Amino acid sequence: MNRFRLRLEPRSDLPKWLPWAVPVGSFLAALVAGAVVLLITGQNPISVYARIVDRAFLSQGAFTGTLISATPLLFTGLCAAVAFRIGFFNIGGEGQFVMGAIFGSGIALKMGADAPGVLAVVVMVLCGALGGGLWGLIPGILKARFRTNEIITSLMLNYVAAVIATYLIFDSESFWRELTGSGAVFPKGKLIPDVAWFPKLDLGSIIVPFGFLLGMVIAGWLFVLQRKTRFGFEMRVVGGAPTTARYAGMRPTRVVIAVAALSGALAGIGGAVDVGNFRHVLDPKGLQQSGFGYAGIVVAALARLNPVAVVFVAILLGGITNAGYALRGPDFPAGLVGVLEGLILFFTLGGEVLARYRISRTVRLGESDKALEPA
Amino acid sequence: MEAATAPAVAAFHVTKKFPGVIANEDVTFDVRVGEIHALLGENGAGKTTLSNILTGLYRPDEGWIEVGGIRSEFHSPRDAIAAGIGMVHQHFRLIPTFTVAENIALGSGHDPIGGRFDLAAVEDRVVELSRSFDLPVDPRAKVWQLSVGEQQRVEIIKVLYRDAKVLIMDEPTAVLTPVESEVLASTLQSMARSGRSVVFISHKLGEVSSLADRVTVLRHGRSIETVTESDVSALAALMIGREVESVSQSSAGIPQRVSSTSPTVLEVNDLRALGDRGLVALDGLSIDVRAGEIVGVAGVAGNGQRELVEILAGLRRSSSGSVVVDGENLEKGSTRHPIRLGVSYVPQDRMGTGLAPDLTIAENLALKKYRYRPVARPPFIRQSVIDADGRALMEQFDVRAPSEKTPTRRLSGGNVQKVLLAREMSNSPKVLVVASPTQGLDVGAVVTVHNLLLEAAQSGVGILLVSEDLDEVMALSHRIAVIYEGRILDVIQREHADVHRIGLLMGGELEETA
Repeated sequence: MNRFRLRLEPRSDLPKWLPWAVPVGSFLAALVAGAVVLLITGQNPISVYARIVDRAFLSQGAFTGTLISATPLLFTGLCAAVAFRIGFFNIGGEGQFVMGAIFGSGIALKMGADAPGVLAVVVMVLCGALGGGLWGLIPGILKARFRTNEIITSLMLNYVAAVIATYLIFDSESFWRELTGSGAVFPKGKLIPDVAWFPKLDLGSIIVPFGFLLGMVIAGWLFVLQRKTRFGFEMRVVGGAPTTARYAGMRPTRVVIAVAALSGALAGIGGAVDVGNFRHVLDPKGLQQSGFGYAGIVVAALARLNPVAVVFVAILLGGITNAGYALRGPDFPAGLVGVLEGLILFFTLGGEVLARYRISRTVRLGESDKALEPA
Repeated sequence: MEAATAPAVAAFHVTKKFPGVIANEDVTFDVRVGEIHALLGENGAGKTTLSNILTGLYRPDEGWIEVGGIRSEFHSPRDAIAAGIGMVHQHFRLIPTFTVAENIALGSGHDPIGGRFDLAAVEDRVVELSRSFDLPVDPRAKVWQLSVGEQQRVEIIKVLYRDAKVLIMDEPTAVLTPVESEVLASTLQSMARSGRSVVFISHKLGEVSSLADRVTVLRHGRSIETVTESDVSALAALMIGREVESVSQSSAGIPQRVSSTSPTVLEVNDLRALGDRGLVALDGLSIDVRAGEIVGVAGVAGNGQRELVEILAGLRRSSSGSVVVDGENLEKGSTRHPIRLGVSYVPQDRMGTGLAPDLTIAENLALKKYRYRPVARPPFIRQSVIDADGRALMEQFDVRAPSEKTPTRRLSGGNVQKVLLAREMSNSPKVLVVASPTQGLDVGAVVTVHNLLLEAAQSGVGILLVSEDLDEVMALSHRIAVIYEGRILDVIQREHADVHRIGLLMGGELEETA
C-alpha cells in the first residue's frame, strides 16, 4: 500500500506572481469559509456577499461611507506595515491612535474658535503625530536599549492609553471634558471648534475625507522613503540582517528607534484625523469599541507590508466594516463582519506559509520499491 | 547473502533530490564489519545528505539501505538507532547545562524526564565505555565545562551507549587540534577492532589516507568509486576529477619576507577583552602587520580569534589595549571608524554578518558605500549607480549569478565569498582582516580566494588571516602567529614554520617564546 504524505519544503525561488496570488487566494478562501459559517446560520452566502458589495461600494453614498471607515484603518495599517517591515512588531497602534486623538483634540480645543482653519488642521495633524510618536518611542527605546520585547510593551501601552483617555473624560474634570449642558449629567468630551473640522472633498457622488487623502499621500511618501532613500536602505538591511547592518557601519538601534517613532506617529495622525474629520470630540468609548489599531495589523498583513497596497486593503476592509454598519439588523448577523475579518487574517497568515514553502506529495515506499515522482 | 559476510551497512542506488538540487544520485557503497570507511568528497558532493539518509533523517527518493544484509527502512533517526547506526554530527547536539551522564541518558530510553531513573547506573556504564575505548571523560562534569574534544568524546560515548554497531562521524577532526585528532584516530581504530564499523566523512586527504581501510569517493552527488587507495594525490584526483593544484603551488609566487622598510599598517598592543560569556577572551594580545604582508593567525577555534577580529571591525569593545591603523588609533566600539581608516573585514559568518541575504548582490556590494556619493545623493540613493557598480564588480571578481539583482541568499558558498571579497577589496583598504576565508568552499573556490588574497597583498594591503585551517595559514602567510587562550604564543617566519611545533603551540603544549 502506498501512503501519501504531504510535506512542506522551503521554496527555492519565488515566482513573481506568488506574492500577489497568495493574499488574493487567502482572501477568497476566507470568503469560502465565511460562506460555510453563513450556511450554518441559515443565511444564503451569495446574497449576503452581494449585499455587502452593494452596501460597501455600489449603492448611493456607500463608497463615501467606506472611505470614512477606511481612513483610520489606512493610518493604523501604515503604522503596522512600516514597523513590521524592519521586524519591530508594534502591536501598539491602538494606543498610539488614542494618544494621537488626545493630542489632536487637546490642541484643537486650546487653539479655540479663532484660529485660522488651515493652521488648525496642520497643527492638529502635527500634534497627533507627536502624541502617537512619543507613545511609539517608548517601546522603541526599551527594545533598542534593553532588548525588551516590543510586542509586550507596545500592547501594554494600549491599555495605558485607553485608561488615560477614559480618565480625561469620565474620571476627572479635565480640559477635554464638556462640563456644561448635557455634559454636566453624562460625561462626554468637548466638541472641537468648527475651524478645526477637517475639510472634505466633494466629488459629486463621492465625498473624500481630507484624512483619507492625507493618508494616501503619506503612503506614497513611505513607499519612496523605503525604496529610494538612504534611510530606507538602512531599514531594509536592519530589518533582514541586524548584525550585518552594524558591521556595515549602520546604527541599528537608531534605525529601530526612529522607525518605532515613525510608526507611532502614523497611528497618531490617524487619531488626530479621526477627531478632526469625523468625531470632533475625544470619545474614549468609541475608540475602544472600534479597535482600529488591531484591525491595522490585519490591513498591513494583507497588504504584505507594502504601504501603497495598504491603501487598497484599507478600502476593502473599510468597505466590509461599512457594509456591516449599514446592514446590521434582525436578518443580518451582527458578528458577521468580525467573523469575516478574523477569517481573513487567519487565512492571510496561513497563506504566508504557502508563499515561503511549497507542498509536495511524497509516497511512502511500498511493495513496488519505487517512489513515485511527486505529482 | 549470508549474514556473517554481509556488510554492516550498505546503500544501493540511493537518490535524493531537493528542489533544484540532486544531492545524491545512484549512490552505492557498503561498509564492512570492523572497518574504518571514509566518505571522501568536496563540499557539496553529497556526503552529509548520504549520512543523513543512513541515519534516518532523510528518506531516499530512490534506492534502499541494507543493515547486516537485511533491507531496512528508516522512518526516523529512532529507527536507525534501533538498527545500530549512530551518528556524531559536526555540530554537537549536547545540552550544555546537563552533565555528561545526563546527556548520554537523554533519549536513550532511560530518560531523566518524567520520572526517576538510575543515573548512577548510567554513570557506571559511561565509565566502563570510556575505559574500554580510551575515551576519558568525567560523567559528572557539565557539558559546558568541557573542551570541544571532550564534547566529541561524549557524543561518541552517547552512540556507543546505544549499542551502535556503525558509527558515522561528520568531519570529526574539523574542530580538533592535531594532538586531539591523533587521539581520535586511535579511538576509532580500537572501535574497529571491537567489531564495530566506522564511517567518517572528510575532505581532508591526509587523514583519509592514513586512517581509512577503504574510501568511497563522492563527486557531484554520485559515488565514483570505492578504493583501498592510500596515495594522497590519487585520492585527490578522484575527488575533484582532475589533478589538484595544491595550495602551496598556488602561493609559490609569494616572497619569503616582506621588506623591513615596509610600513606597519596594523598594530595591536596588549589587547584585552571579554567574550560573550563574560570570560576573558583576549589576554594581552599583541600583533602587527606590515603593508603587503600576510600574517596568519593559527589556532583552534575559541581561543580569542573571533573576539580579535570583531574588535578590529568595531563590532566588539576591548577592555584595554590599543589598535593602531596606519598610525591612527581606532575608536572603540565604532563600526564606521574602521571603515573610514581603511580596515576591511571578511567575517567568518558570511551570511549572518557580512551580507544581507534578502538584498540583491548589487545592494550588498554597496553596503559600505551607500551613505556616500556617488551612490547616495542625500537623502536618496541611486539604484542605477548601485546596479551599475554591482555589475562591474561581479565582472571583475567573476561572481556567477543570473543578474546583479539576484538575492544573495541564492548564491553558492564560493560566490557568496566572492561578493564579500569584491566589496571588501574594492574600497582600497589598508588592512584586510579575513576570518576562515575558505571554510566550506570547494577546491576551485579555495584557489580563487587564495589568489585574490595574494594579489591584494602584492598590491600593498596588509592582511590578517585568521583561520583554523593550518594548511591554509602555512601556505599563504609570511608570518604565522599562534593564538592560544587569548594570547599570541609565538610568531614564526614562514621559512621556519614547522607543522609539528605549530600544532603543539595550538594545543597549548609549549610555553610561549615570543
